[in-house]
Amino acid sequence: MGKTITEKIFAAHRRDVPSDNNVVLDIDVVMCHEITTPIAINDLMERGMDRVFDPQKIKVVIDHVTPSKDSKTATQAKILRDWARRNRIKDFFDIGANGVCHALFPEKGFIRPGYTVIMGDSHTCTHGAFGAFAAGIGTTDLEVGILKGVCSFRLPETMKIVITGKLGKGVYAKDVILRIIKELTVNGATDKVMEFCGPVVDAMSMEARMTLCNMAIEAGATCGVCMPDRVTAEYLWPFIKEQYADVDAAVNDFKKWHSDADARYVAEKIFDVSNLNPQVTYGFKPDEVKDIADMAGTRVDQVYMGSCTNGRIEDLRAAATVLKGRRIADNVRAILSPATPQVFTQALEEGLIKIFMDAGFCVTNPTCGACLGMSNGVLAAGEVCASTTNRNFNGRMGKGGMVHLMSPVSAAATAVRGAIVDPREMM
Amino acid sequence: MRFNGPVLFLDRSDINTDEIIPARYLTEISKEALRPHLLEDLSLEEFDPRADIAGKRVIVTRSNFGCGSSREHAPWALEVNGITVVVARSFARIFRQNMFNCGMLAIELPKKDIDSLFALGDKVTIAVDIDQETVITKVATEVCCKFTLNSFDKALVQAGGWLAYADKKY
Repeated sequence: MGKTITEKIFAAHRRDVPSDNNVVLDIDVVMCHEITTPIAINDLMERGMDRVFDPQKIKVVIDHVTPSKDSKTATQAKILRDWARRNRIKDFFDIGANGVCHALFPEKGFIRPGYTVIMGDSHTCTHGAFGAFAAGIGTTDLEVGILKGVCSFRLPETMKIVITGKLGKGVYAKDVILRIIKELTVNGATDKVMEFCGPVVDAMSMEARMTLCNMAIEAGATCGVCMPDRVTAEYLWPFIKEQYADVDAAVNDFKKWHSDADARYVAEKIFDVSNLNPQVTYGFKPDEVKDIADMAGTRVDQVYMGSCTNGRIEDLRAAATVLKGRRIADNVRAILSPATPQVFTQALEEGLIKIFMDAGFCVTNPTCGACLGMSNGVLAAGEVCASTTNRNFNGRMGKGGMVHLMSPVSAAATAVRGAIVDPREMM
Repeated sequence: MRFNGPVLFLDRSDINTDEIIPARYLTEISKEALRPHLLEDLSLEEFDPRADIAGKRVIVTRSNFGCGSSREHAPWALEVNGITVVVARSFARIFRQNMFNCGMLAIELPKKDIDSLFALGDKVTIAVDIDQETVITKVATEVCCKFTLNSFDKALVQAGGWLAYADKKY
């Protein structure tokens, strides 16, 4: 019997098997941000265990509320900053170098095929795009991870998601994953890994694959995962060129992680996306999804572009094609938060920032802020936001506010129209 | 930790961690500060957090409880309000793990058992026996529901959580 990629990664990292259903894994990367880590740090200090298992394997960023908005968030940032310095954690990203964790850390080359990755953040599943096992965890798991470099998991089953066909104009990875979540529902993949494969995934960039894997948690999945291939090797090349003679050698080496042809899956779902239309959420759950044309005319107050789902350079480029030479509607305010400093710089160099600003967007520094209603674009009660983020929970971006999730291109078109619109009308 | 007491019934599926403790309170660095804000944003008709939570020790709810964010602030907000057990049809993975990691109980029961608990009405007290793996409630007649606890999860609860377990073993 063959193995899935996840079974191979689990076998390679197994530290302990405390029961038939559970395994304790050695962790390659423990990532930390200022919302879920400070309580772990304080507890470690109180217990006289203020140390880390390996400072090289811990990556730290202040990203959720940055620059700090008040004394409380400044305190969280300070606890994280002081701890990172005290423990000689080299990969610490503070103001000026910080960005949304799940966009920043891949950009730095921290995630490699076959790795185990944890973070006190549910969208950690994003990093499965590199052929890694990456899972969101709570603060207690984080504390043990920081101290001992291990984490326990139930053995996950794998659901194979085969994406076939050809994406039409105006349809992107975000539309694909929203469609998949609609089908699976918000707990359809609980305790499972969603393995994305098929010709559409093979043809996707790393950025698009990250968008897919990012929202696996919205179907309840432990992790999303893509097979590491030439696209992965080329993305990682600046970081792995000392390790391999050439890209081909890396591509061949990555194959050791690929799921075997006779691997066992708990389910297999095939999505032909050839006729898929741009998608949008309409309710308070990420599986409440319909064709964007069916929501056309719904007025919005704010458009938000950014986050670990869709704040990367390709997202900005795609949105800019719609915004170029246009203005956002009078009834709308629009915010762009490039996900990382590198995305921001690149967008500046490519003239994208000017396009956004000429269109009437406010451009902010990289931060998670508005996505979870903490800062930088919180909604008032009764307001509606078209957003490129990942969660439309009731009150997510501000108490009493409504969030419609969509692709960056759909969000750009919606900003111009002042109401939800099928972006293909403007392409 | 004791696992018994009056029940708070939350008759809805997919209650997410933003509803259990909204993100605006994630800037707190003490668990105690979360106490007044438990379930503050819950979308549930006629639910009044202040009146309904007081004195409750157990939550009984439907499917996929605790979905969304990984914030352990959700179990902490329960814990500082004295709620140490959630009985549900199913849980989101991270929330369930966080409960056991804190030495608390996330118990899954079949739909018919959840239905029978809801049918008992409001003023119900539940006792959970970890060794016998039973949820027992006494109203007019006794209702006894059998659950199965993963042996590792049970070991976590008995150890008082994942920190204590891991300190000893790894």
